[in-house]
Amino acid sequence: MILGRIQVPPNVRKGEPFEVRILVQHPMETGYRRDLNGQAIPLHIVDKLVCRVGGAEVFSAELGSGIAANPYMAFYAMADASGEVEVEWRDNRGETGRVSAKFSVA
Amino acid sequence: MRAMAVAAASLALAAAAQQPPRPQPLLAGTTFQSPEARQMQLDDFANPGLLWVERGQRLWSEPRGAAGKSCASCHGDAGQSMRTAAAHHPRYYPAAGQVLDLEGRINRCVTENEHAPALAWESEELLSLAAYVARQSKGAAIDAPLEAPARDLYEQGRHLYFERQGQLNLACTNCHDMNWGKTLFAERISQGHPADWPAYRIEWQTLGSLQRRLRACYFGVRAELPAFGSQDLLALEVYLAARARGLELSPPGVRK
Amino acid sequence: MKRRDFLKRSGLAATSMALPVLAQQPPPQRFQPVQDIAPLLAQLTGGATPQPGGIEVQLPAIAENGNSVPMRIKVDHVMAPDDYVTAIHIVAERNPRPLVASFHLHPASGRAEVSTRVRLAGTQKVTVLAELSGKRFLMTQADVLVTAAACLDESM
Repeated sequence: MILGRIQVPPNVRKGEPFEVRILVQHPMETGYRRDLNGQAIPLHIVDKLVCRVGGAEVFSAELGSGIAANPYMAFYAMADASGEVEVEWRDNRGETGRVSAKFSVA
Repeated sequence: MRAMAVAAASLALAAAAQQPPRPQPLLAGTTFQSPEARQMQLDDFANPGLLWVERGQRLWSEPRGAAGKSCASCHGDAGQSMRTAAAHHPRYYPAAGQVLDLEGRINRCVTENEHAPALAWESEELLSLAAYVARQSKGAAIDAPLEAPARDLYEQGRHLYFERQGQLNLACTNCHDMNWGKTLFAERISQGHPADWPAYRIEWQTLGSLQRRLRACYFGVRAELPAFGSQDLLALEVYLAARARGLELSPPGVRK
Repeated sequence: MKRRDFLKRSGLAATSMALPVLAQQPPPQRFQPVQDIAPLLAQLTGGATPQPGGIEVQLPAIAENGNSVPMRIKVDHVMAPDDYVTAIHIVAERNPRPLVASFHLHPASGRAEVSTRVRLAGTQKVTVLAELSGKRFLMTQADVLVTAAACLDESM
């Protein structure tokens, strides 16, 4: 399970975009580094992230090794009714992680 | 008359030995970071070190070892029990018969109370627990006690701090007392305080301990690196804590 | 800027006093070369020509460590159900893999604004390409001076 954090304002206005912030714990190994024995450390990155609100996708990302370790992402979402923001990600080894946060629409 | 002068000089020396020369004013490490790194540290959500704090929070409640106990079994809510713990380390533990820094103290609990194998230096588990415990002391002023034998280690650390070493023949004081605030290569030299450790170092792309950072300093002057857990590194930690007494803790830091 | 300050800021002061440094130009990067990203951009746009501008790209002018450079992208365009920013691509011409990330948006994103932290393998131009409904494209570039390159810099 890949650890991650999510931040969403607890209260949002109907139909008004609010910021979703995500931080994922992952080395995002580029595949170019070598260990102390000179062996290349294999590519190991989070390559896909998807955000859904009320089950519908609002944002997704395809990431490469050019994203910094412990990837940080902030983007916007909108909702008409109170609900939950869910974010899932997976890496190139098939490991996954997810976080979610509830919000209320005023 | 001469006896009094000698006595006065000895007293002054002893006093100086207890109170290390400190930079004036005492400045937190964030002062010397780029705006980007400073902002990263101050961000209570996106500071990458907080990932280790979060992992540490989970590990705090996980049973470990033959005793089947977790940290929480004895220490309950870390927010209460560990509120100033990091500020009082390194310190001497009579039961252990030695001075322990925060990582050493955590490991002593792991081995003696949880009956589990010691956590390896710089392992994800030890880093996470140390980050979580240290985070509970955020805002506390450094106040590591210096009763003997911590005082012996303090003296050892003080000698190391002022001793030139490595191919570059530099002592800690050359940079961190005499040239803090000035630019070396592409960064500004800090005063070398331990207050924001463990820290996420962008160069490491991960969280690391103060000992790892001190080893990197040895690397910087092209000196042989002391081993993790060595007396030299512990002595330096004791000295640095005394030198930074009163400075506010703010772990996990973010550094270039 | 004095030459000494410039050398210090570029991190080359101790190592390359022999290299001639031209005033006003970034120091030559010997390790990772700048690549021609035109084919990659053509691939992303399907051959269409992107319009310059319309995107605000916030990047530090100097990144003190290429391992993590904060970036904020704001595309100046509506997010209406039938007319919205469908994708944002980040391309780094000097990175060994120039396509850094692709973000896919929906009308329910509400705002075409994304922040992240990128790796930059040396001083370079960073290109942001935004795709709009109807296969139209906007493009903006920003220069970043990187004092410790990512990807190819082996550190302790």
